Amino acid sequence: MSEPQMDPLISLKGVTKRYGEGAAAFQALRGIDLDIMAGDFVAVMGPSGSGKSTTMNILGCLDVPTTGSFLFKGVHVEGLNRDQRSLLRRRYLGFVFQGFNLLPRTTALENVELPLVYRGEPRKKRHELAMAALDKVGLTDWSHRTPAELSGGQQQRVAIARAIVTHPDVLLADEPTGNLDSQRSIEIMELLTELNQTSGITVLMVTHEAEMADFARTIVQFKDGLVDGIETGHRHRVRTA
Amino acid sequence: MLWTTITLSLREIRRHLLRSFLTVLGVVIGVAAVVTMVTLGNAASRSVQTQVSSLGSNLLTVLPGQGVGRGGGAQLPQPFKVADVDAIRGQIGGVTAVAPQVQSTQTAIRNAANWSVTVNGTTREYLVGQQWALATGRVFTPTEEQAGKSVCIIGDTVKANLYPDTDPVGTDLRVGNVSCDVIGLLAKRGQSGIGGDTDNTVIMPYRTVQRRYTGNQNVQLIMVAVDPRFESGPIQDSIGQLLRERRNIRPGKGDDFSILDTKQIADALGGITGTLTAVVTGIAAISLLVGGIGIMNIMLVSVTERTREIGIRLAIGAVADEVLMQFLVEAVVLSCLGGLIGLALAFVASAGLAIPLKMPFVWEPQINLIAFVISGMIGVIFGYFPARRAAALDPIDALRHE
Repeated sequence: MSEPQMDPLISLKGVTKRYGEGAAAFQALRGIDLDIMAGDFVAVMGPSGSGKSTTMNILGCLDVPTTGSFLFKGVHVEGLNRDQRSLLRRRYLGFVFQGFNLLPRTTALENVELPLVYRGEPRKKRHELAMAALDKVGLTDWSHRTPAELSGGQQQRVAIARAIVTHPDVLLADEPTGNLDSQRSIEIMELLTELNQTSGITVLMVTHEAEMADFARTIVQFKDGLVDGIETGHRHRVRTA
Repeated sequence: MLWTTITLSLREIRRHLLRSFLTVLGVVIGVAAVVTMVTLGNAASRSVQTQVSSLGSNLLTVLPGQGVGRGGGAQLPQPFKVADVDAIRGQIGGVTAVAPQVQSTQTAIRNAANWSVTVNGTTREYLVGQQWALATGRVFTPTEEQAGKSVCIIGDTVKANLYPDTDPVGTDLRVGNVSCDVIGLLAKRGQSGIGGDTDNTVIMPYRTVQRRYTGNQNVQLIMVAVDPRFESGPIQDSIGQLLRERRNIRPGKGDDFSILDTKQIADALGGITGTLTAVVTGIAAISLLVGGIGIMNIMLVSVTERTREIGIRLAIGAVADEVLMQFLVEAVVLSCLGGLIGLALAFVASAGLAIPLKMPFVWEPQINLIAFVISGMIGVIFGYFPARRAAALDPIDALRHE
């Protein structure tokens, strides 16, 4: 699907990240070089403190590198200010978190509509798009339930619907199955795989479970703030159903 | 977007209904207090002014002395005599009525009932100048006036207290030590803004009052009614000149009498009520300030509580200004709702208080609008700091917040 000479969608070059100052400083990233092509499904793995979450924050435009460059669609994200990065997230990125992070006491539909509110979509269009997204995750019948009335797996599906409702280029998932049992985890992974294959969304996922990483096409291993290894053309796990 | 933000904040307010109400209670009380004070204050000024002018327009009251504040004088100002009244009537043009007033407070007794009244000794011209009609009966005849007969005309309050069911005209009324024939009943005038009840009066010929009560020839006040076609200023000046001559005041020395005009009294009283209203309103406004601080306090709590939500919004792509607006709009909506409740309370309170205070209640759009705008501004001022704090949150930290 991609030409061989195509530019990568995401390109990290010599990215370092240091937290704090002086003696209390902590070097989270020591120089990351990483290219991610559009349409890929990347699993980022590594032990705690290896820098995978920091990398995800930078890739999600939530944080900026201390040094090095981060090109996203040819734009130098490290040179953008807070609001410019917000607009970038609004336009191109979708987020799925380990803790679901849905707005409490707010219906699934309203949660999914939220990114469209910031895009300034009219009410009717918001409703249509949100229902379409809920349909993709198989929750049309649950659209008026609040998070408290949904199971963990369903909440994560709502979160995925919220992430994809704007048709983003990249879906960033930080331990998306961390709070779910193995059956729900597999269902969520299948959903992500399907979105990656049918909608062409680039999926970047942090996980520490090898079983979940098996769904990815590319696995990036982190260790001590460096990329320890990249395994491309990984065996795709066959969908169970 | 703004409408969405407003609906969003309304939902947030509904979610914590009790807390929202307690948050804005300060603004509610502040707005209610300020609006009630201003409404009642204006009503008071208006009622003072209408009542003073109902005492008669173009009326001058001449009284001895220079009023309060000119103390230290061992010598009391010389009182007026009836000759002064005649001099004014005879020598000043442009006046329609001049009447002496000799006053005394007495107890009127009829059957078993006692009632304290102001006895006003004067002439027929007094009623002419005051444009005060009789309900029934007649006024004094010139003979009665000259002879100082024991006849009297009673005010409505006296009638109400001593003659609840009967017609007073033609009866005998004992006022102090004098038994007098009631020859007339005055029409009702209503409460006076100066504090007295103008209807609680017994009018007698001045000679009767001088002879039977005060025991001297003094006249306490002179009432002068100015022809409406003339300016009151020059007439006041000529009366002043005349009285200076009659009282032998040397040039360069100040007057030992004053001439008041009902309009001046009305303005002075209006000024006093205005100042009082301003002071009380100022005190009430402090509660608005306290209300604003209450809003700021709860908004800060709300920002901390909703840190995760802010993180989600930022991650989804909200820019700082949008988060700021969300919390600012919430504070403004909250305080505006408080303002509306306050206005409703003020309406009920001022309409309710106007009855026992015997004041006309007028709903004034300006003060209500101003109070509403101020309550909105309180939301902006006191909501800004918490909102800015929310907007400044780091998305990663906010998402991690438990």
